[in-house]
Amino acid sequence: MSKPSIAQLEDIARDLRILILKMVHHAKCGHTGGPLSCIDMLTALYFYKLRHDSKNPLWADRDRFVLSAGHTAPALYACLIKAGYIPEEEMWRLRRLGSFLQGHPKRKLEWGIEMSTGSLGQGMSVANGMALAARIDQKQYRVYSLESDGGAQEGMMWEGAMSAAHYQLDNRVALLDYNGIQIDGFVKDVKEVAPLDKKFESFGWHVFNVDGHNMKEIVEALDEVEKIKGKPSVIIGRTIMGKGVGIFENKPKYHGIAPTDQEMDVAMGELGGKNA
Amino acid sequence: MLEIATREAYGKKLADLGEKYSNIVVLDADLSCSTKTEVFAKKFPHRFFNMGVSEQDMMGTAAGLASCGKMVFASTFAIFAAGRAWEPFRQSVAYPHFNVKVCASHAGLTVGEDGASHQMIEDIALMRVIPGMKVFVPSDGIETEKVLEAIVEEPGPCYVRLCRAKSPILFDSGYQFKIGKGNVIREGKTICIFTAGFMTHLVLAAAEKLTSLGINSTVVNLCSVKPLDGDLVVEMAKKHECLFSVEEHNIMAGFGSAIAELLCERYPAKLHRLGLNDEFGQSGSYQELLYHYHLSSDGIVDSIKKGLLL
Repeated sequence: MSKPSIAQLEDIARDLRILILKMVHHAKCGHTGGPLSCIDMLTALYFYKLRHDSKNPLWADRDRFVLSAGHTAPALYACLIKAGYIPEEEMWRLRRLGSFLQGHPKRKLEWGIEMSTGSLGQGMSVANGMALAARIDQKQYRVYSLESDGGAQEGMMWEGAMSAAHYQLDNRVALLDYNGIQIDGFVKDVKEVAPLDKKFESFGWHVFNVDGHNMKEIVEALDEVEKIKGKPSVIIGRTIMGKGVGIFENKPKYHGIAPTDQEMDVAMGELGGKNA
Repeated sequence: MLEIATREAYGKKLADLGEKYSNIVVLDADLSCSTKTEVFAKKFPHRFFNMGVSEQDMMGTAAGLASCGKMVFASTFAIFAAGRAWEPFRQSVAYPHFNVKVCASHAGLTVGEDGASHQMIEDIALMRVIPGMKVFVPSDGIETEKVLEAIVEEPGPCYVRLCRAKSPILFDSGYQFKIGKGNVIREGKTICIFTAGFMTHLVLAAAEKLTSLGINSTVVNLCSVKPLDGDLVVEMAKKHECLFSVEEHNIMAGFGSAIAELLCERYPAKLHRLGLNDEFGQSGSYQELLYHYHLSSDGIVDSIKKGLLL
């Protein structure tokens, strides 16, 4: 199967934004901003880079992905619906009693959900463990995770960063959604995490700085990362929380709430979707 | 009498099991010389990872390894394993029900001179409240080996509480340990004392002393704290006039409380819980500490005498 073009990936990302908003709007709660800021990077990962097979979700040699930023679950679910893991009708059951689409991801390999997450900072270590397992078993799969700037305030994330460098995990790639916003406001006001690139560098990681909404830059970084040997890599994507819908963009308020009916109409108008 | 600390028995047995179970991976957090995972590390260096003084990272890493089919043994001191790393363990290991065995040494008051900061007296409580967890508190080196043989055949997370101090071997090599089963290790009539872990040999000594005072006691070993042998506990409650539990742990939410919860629902009976009475320990030799907190064999005898007068 040929790799999708940049334009095709951008189309997929727009479709996934629509899917995310429909899901969260229907659930009437959940996170809007984060999924929209990370979705371009996840689109590139799932539809350009990741070696996986939705018809064989337990494939032992598959690349792994851990959503450390568990609150952006709708973005993961949207990718997994689009990739054919999760039946599309399940999107209407997000956060509902009895649904597998929990508010934060719950491991279900058959649906491509690799790990239960939600408590920030832990996915870094979990992904490292998967990368160590690949080393023990002499397998070639790579382990990706999506970190967040808020998550970078967790001490455990840096414990994991230290371990990945110590064990020279070059099969380990972290994407970092640097949207600058957390629940209580702007990251720089709550507790500054900058300079993230220098921090990772000093922890022994190879750092790529990209525009997290520029598909070409993301894709190039995902290719380049495979050439880095002897150390883990992080792709820090500068992003805009709520990207794609003007009224949500860069507004801390939309970190953790669902769009209203009216906002949904505006969003769908902007993204070219239908508010069904 | 042969004496061995349960942590030493753990280290040796783990290295043995490493031969049969090629999927065992061991993690430690800079205490492998104390938890005795160093024995495994020397034998299987490619299956051992020292995570440094990063217990939370150790739990997350354990989860990742387990997600790829490894059976992970993660060891450090109990205070850090069950305390500091509790939430990463709960979220990343127990919630996805990964095959991670947390075998924590230096549990309880008997850590001794290091003092209250290192004396984990809340781990049974913290670990047993996690849904789906299994908690084991072996009483000697043999029981430690038997617990390990059982848990490698039992997928899912569990916690094994190990001790720093040496204690006498109580069981013979033919001893059969079963998850969820307790065993009567001393037959008596009037009172029943429930015990587990390091306290067991002291409870047995106390039982002998009680005999000379005319108090005939049964001693029941409940290594499997969760799942607890409810039928055995109820049977003992029916057969005896008074019940006691002994633990080197806070009596709140710990070993005795697990028994009390069960009795409340199935066969209400008076249970006296001996242990640390909602207080922290302090520095001292473990023998001095046990004496100070009324958990030496003499202390147990005194507490039981008082309990019988109530």
